[in-house]
Amino acid sequence: MYDLVIIGAGPAGITAAVYAARKKMDLLVISKDIGGQAAWSGDIENYTGYQFITGPELAAKFEEHMRKYGIDLKENEAATGLTRSGEAISVRTNKGGAYEAKTVIVASGKRSRELNAPGEKEFKNKGLTYCATCDGPLFSGKDVAVIGGGNSALDAALQMIKIAKHVHVINIAPKLGGDPIMREKVEKSGVVTVLNGAQVTSILGDKMVNAMKVKREGREETIEVQGVFVEIGLIPNSEFAAELAKNEFGEIKVNNRNQTNIPGIFAAGDVTDVPEKQIIIAAGEGSKACLSAFRYLSEH
Amino acid sequence: MSKKVKVYSTSSCPHCIKLKQFLKDNSIAFESVDVSSDPLGQREMVQVSGQMAVPVIDIEGKILVGFDKEELKAELGL
Repeated sequence: MYDLVIIGAGPAGITAAVYAARKKMDLLVISKDIGGQAAWSGDIENYTGYQFITGPELAAKFEEHMRKYGIDLKENEAATGLTRSGEAISVRTNKGGAYEAKTVIVASGKRSRELNAPGEKEFKNKGLTYCATCDGPLFSGKDVAVIGGGNSALDAALQMIKIAKHVHVINIAPKLGGDPIMREKVEKSGVVTVLNGAQVTSILGDKMVNAMKVKREGREETIEVQGVFVEIGLIPNSEFAAELAKNEFGEIKVNNRNQTNIPGIFAAGDVTDVPEKQIIIAAGEGSKACLSAFRYLSEH
Repeated sequence: MSKKVKVYSTSSCPHCIKLKQFLKDNSIAFESVDVSSDPLGQREMVQVSGQMAVPVIDIEGKILVGFDKEELKAELGL
């Protein structure tokens, strides 16, 4: 039985793993990917110590830091169940196995929310994408749309300004949200058209995306685009943790020691109800969760 | 006999970087196509894989999309 199983290897999970390794805890990390959402971020200018770093670069630094400790890491493996019986907490995974631990930290983060519009599934990876950092360069010199109006949409728009011919931002809210500094950059770029109060009703194409339908003020229009970037927010990867208490958004409830409603199970980062989703906050929460798990082990 | 391997990628995508590093670590020689700066290469990638996500790896005609270490090991006989 492990002292600690960490589910997720984004900023929260990796930081928890670094702390656990330094405490010499018997540790296993399970994760679908390494770096989490940080690996898909564009430019980062608010992680202390780095005045400027890209998401993939920061994620690589996190990974390098974790690997320095020779941690037992199961990649491409996702948790599908989490239960406690007696003193053992069991983590089931999509590889069919189960791992037993005395403590668990859930740091499984969030994933992109889907549009639920006709054409979305059909054209996924055929012009429609949820990751501007990954797929953005494929749309060099093309007309694209970013759907959304928050920071992740602005981030995607800022990445695409450098690459695409023209960027449409389709925002369902009456005005853009996000950080003013990013909003200004988008608005001043000269290659962006912002449509506020607008909803994408379908994605059109042949083999690949060639247009989308947008409804605004009761009227529907077709806008020709070769690329569609969906950035309409995130949902927590918390479904597998069915017995944990969650808020209305599906985020796992934690107290200020990162404890969940089940003893021995802790949670950290974007999957929790901690306000503000930031890389630096997730990292800090990961360290807190590990120290709480360590304290729990010493008391039980 | 080593297999003929071709990787379609962009410079910024995290899985592309990992895929190429994995091939290098395992001493697999491969042809690299940067689809962000090579429109013909991009068209070829769309043709062989029927989609636009990167990375795409072509192992003697077998097309894999994304970076899955286990799948790659099986295909490359590692």
